[in-house]
Amino acid sequence: MADTVVYVYAVTDAATAGPPQDPAIPGVDGAPVRRIASGGLAAVVSSVDAARFSEEALRRSLDDLPWLEETARAHHAVVAAVAPAGPVAPVRLATVYVDDENVRALLQERAAAFRAALDRIRGRTEWGVKAWAVPSDDAGESQQITDGAKPGTSYLMRRRAERDRTAKGLQDAVDAAEAVHRKISAVAVASRRHPPQDPRLSGKREEMVLNAAYLVDEAGATALMQLVEDRGIQGVRLELTGPWAPYSFTTVEGP
Amino acid sequence: MGPVLLHHRGGAVTAPTAREVALVDLLDRLLAGGVVITGDITISLAEVDLVHVSLRALISSVQTLVEP
Repeated sequence: MADTVVYVYAVTDAATAGPPQDPAIPGVDGAPVRRIASGGLAAVVSSVDAARFSEEALRRSLDDLPWLEETARAHHAVVAAVAPAGPVAPVRLATVYVDDENVRALLQERAAAFRAALDRIRGRTEWGVKAWAVPSDDAGESQQITDGAKPGTSYLMRRRAERDRTAKGLQDAVDAAEAVHRKISAVAVASRRHPPQDPRLSGKREEMVLNAAYLVDEAGATALMQLVEDRGIQGVRLELTGPWAPYSFTTVEGP
Repeated sequence: MGPVLLHHRGGAVTAPTAREVALVDLLDRLLAGGVVITGDITISLAEVDLVHVSLRALISSVQTLVEP
């Protein structure tokens, strides 16, 4: 085993079953997935090629989008396969240990923090809610403004009116998104705002005005879905994703 | 590329599977969430300049990812 290192996907209770073995879920780089238990905790891991997962190789690979996508999806598939069996604290992408002994030491040294994280997410799921500004479409107004003005002035007035309307539409969308965020936060155990997504990655042209994650229990999930489906919300288009393993609520920094 | 999208003006709700999850939503979580471990370890993304890494990857390969 000298040529492998240990890739860590997640930490769970030792009592939580590992990923299904029949059929087995392939891990990153196609590696088999197994568990390392210590105390009351278990790490979900794969042995991966030491050269392909060396620090230098990883720094290079992280610039390779197809590699990043494949690895992120494999990591996520393992986390998603374990999540139904019990609370799971996903570990950040590309966390690699030298050997099993170091992973056991980690579980022992950080036991209190892992337990706190697992207790916080027990019986709860994460949902994502994103909001985009819906461009307003009232072209008639600018025509009225410019009736009777000189052509040059009329052009400038129309441009200014368009700019004002765009700015107002965006501000209205921001306000609507904040209102949605407040309402959902009220039914959630915790919330977290992610930065707006880059349009080059999301493929959406509209302005993203909310990119949030919410940690909810079962009743909270129902309430959250009702809030997202509320047809009375104007000025924004909402999108719901989930349920997710609680990626956004297990950020244990340190040591 | 999106998975299930629930529009507030009335679409069907479908449960997303692992494969259907949009990469961009996954990266929000995998690059900025999760347990961050540092210390006796060969590498962790916590030690990498995330913005730099993700932006470089994004800019160089965006055409392969986003279908307009």
